[in-house]
Amino acid sequence: MTTDIHMASAELGDTIIKIDELNKWYGQFHVLKDINLDVKRGERIVICGPSGSGKSTLIRCINRLETHQEGSIVVDGIELTEDTKHINEIRREVGMVFQHFNLFPHLTVLENCTLAPIWVRKAPKREAEETAMRYLERVKIPEQANKYPGQLSGGQQQRVAIARSLCMNPRVMLFDEPTSALDPEMIAEVLDVMVGLAEDGMTMLCVTHEMGFARKVANRVIFMDGGQIVEQNEPEEFFNNPQNDRTELFLSQILQH
Amino acid sequence: MTERTRIPLHRDPRVRAILVQVLAAVVVGYGFYSLFQTTVDNLVARGIQTGTNFFDEVAPFQIGFTPFFDYKLGESKYIDVFFVGIQNTILVAVLGIIAATLLGFFIGVIRLSPNWLVSRGALVYIEIFRNVPLLLQIMFWNFAIFLPTLPAPKNSIAMGAFYLNARGFHTPLPVIENTTDFAIWIALLTFLVIGLVMFARRAKALFEETGRRLPVPWISAAALIIGGYIFYLVSGSPLSFDEPVLGRFNFKGGGQLPLPLFSLWFALTLYTSAFIAENVRAGIQSVSHGQTEAALALGLSRKDTVNLVTIPQALRVIIPPTISQYLNLTKNSSLAVAVGYEELVAVWAGITLNQTGQALVIIGMTVAVYECLSLLTSFVLNWYNKRIQLTER
Repeated sequence: MTTDIHMASAELGDTIIKIDELNKWYGQFHVLKDINLDVKRGERIVICGPSGSGKSTLIRCINRLETHQEGSIVVDGIELTEDTKHINEIRREVGMVFQHFNLFPHLTVLENCTLAPIWVRKAPKREAEETAMRYLERVKIPEQANKYPGQLSGGQQQRVAIARSLCMNPRVMLFDEPTSALDPEMIAEVLDVMVGLAEDGMTMLCVTHEMGFARKVANRVIFMDGGQIVEQNEPEEFFNNPQNDRTELFLSQILQH
Repeated sequence: MTERTRIPLHRDPRVRAILVQVLAAVVVGYGFYSLFQTTVDNLVARGIQTGTNFFDEVAPFQIGFTPFFDYKLGESKYIDVFFVGIQNTILVAVLGIIAATLLGFFIGVIRLSPNWLVSRGALVYIEIFRNVPLLLQIMFWNFAIFLPTLPAPKNSIAMGAFYLNARGFHTPLPVIENTTDFAIWIALLTFLVIGLVMFARRAKALFEETGRRLPVPWISAAALIIGGYIFYLVSGSPLSFDEPVLGRFNFKGGGQLPLPLFSLWFALTLYTSAFIAENVRAGIQSVSHGQTEAALALGLSRKDTVNLVTIPQALRVIIPPTISQYLNLTKNSSLAVAVGYEELVAVWAGITLNQTGQALVIIGMTVAVYECLSLLTSFVLNWYNKRIQLTER
């Protein structure tokens, strides 16, 4: 497992997400300013920045949990517009993991994982359950399949949330601060799963402050501040030689402890 | 060297708790004792014999609406009045609970509609119907709306064999003409239903096996209608209908829902649905937005998100206060006295009490009936609520 996954970065595929001149306002407040971002198939991007910089909003625009006012977002050849058919097509292909897990507390772990495959993909129940068990094994909690989310620890819940997304066979995974709500000893188990995903070539956009993870896994680190992409670079360059003062300040603040 | 210090008794919480409880028990016990003694003394002083002998006396009054009971003036006894009263109370309570639940859910859901006009409309509905006293509403619908606007029996609004007038709603009643035909018909129907249940099972298995969904409700409805029609063609109707016929003053024959029942049901439904709507709104709002987002992010449609994620979780919040509303509706049905619907309080705690003077027995029995109905309702719903509670640790 210690193979350097950066080796693979040379062979990235075509563009899967293309964001052009994206602008978004919350009322008068300008949250996203002229965002341009191309994501290649297989690319692993870590987005960091101070709170309120618009990083979560940006990835939430990609599966239309937030609407944008200007610019365009094209995911796997489908442009995001008001058209609910397109929105649903994109959501099927884009998985998302939330800061607070958002597992369905009234369903068992297994039912959480099979809900969308059965109702959205119209998969046979048995097949959906087999797929779910495969992914639960992959996140190392198959024995919890028949428990309810409330009976699991935070780290286990987040791993279930990852498995739930994977059951839809997404082409892109979005992670919105997946470890921010976890106790320190549980962060590692979630990051391990994410590293495993990266090794398998999943296209990933992660909003996170886990700089160790960024160094190890990312092809590209993006720094956002005030709704803009301030700086983006390969991890080594990004951490060792930040070009922008704000990046430098931010890194010094989060890395000094 | 630590020596256990003795706590003064008045500062020991355990001793204090016992003392307070003993004191409270004595006070309450004495209260009940003196209540009982005063009642007995008063009854003796006035020479009233308390007992249940009057149960078997013939009740000297007619009851107009006794759908489930063969009540005959001059034959039926006081105790029959009691049972008729219970049945009529349960009838209006059940009808009211069903209608108020459906209407309340609908109003509660549209209260959260993003459409301004629709959600404001629901708000106005809720604020009007829960803020006006129920008695006033019952009288309003009965005396101000239905009685003056509905025609006399002679000019009834006819809808086929159904007639609506100021006396109430008249419907044809099915009558079994030929018992063998009817038995055969019931048997065939039973076979058909069993077949459909098996079909539904097969369809579920098929869905789990292949993901193919069959339109089971549609197929079942079609099978029932077509099956019934074929049998009708083959053997003729197993039932005939006793149709209401206009007599001198009112319709005779058929079934009849008296206007007071309708007014009472209508008012109880509107009033209670306003409260249920608020419960539903609170329940839906209690489900965090993150749940909806997670479902949408998985690609579920809005409709599936609401049905599979939001509503099942909201129910846990909606049910407990809605049990209270069901109990309220049942008890509020006693306001029927105002419009003359013959439920328990009107015919038993009202007329029968007036005629026999057996206050102690009659009020006691009336209280017991409401107590039983309420406990039964809350028992059933609490059991259901417990079944769907979230499992945690």
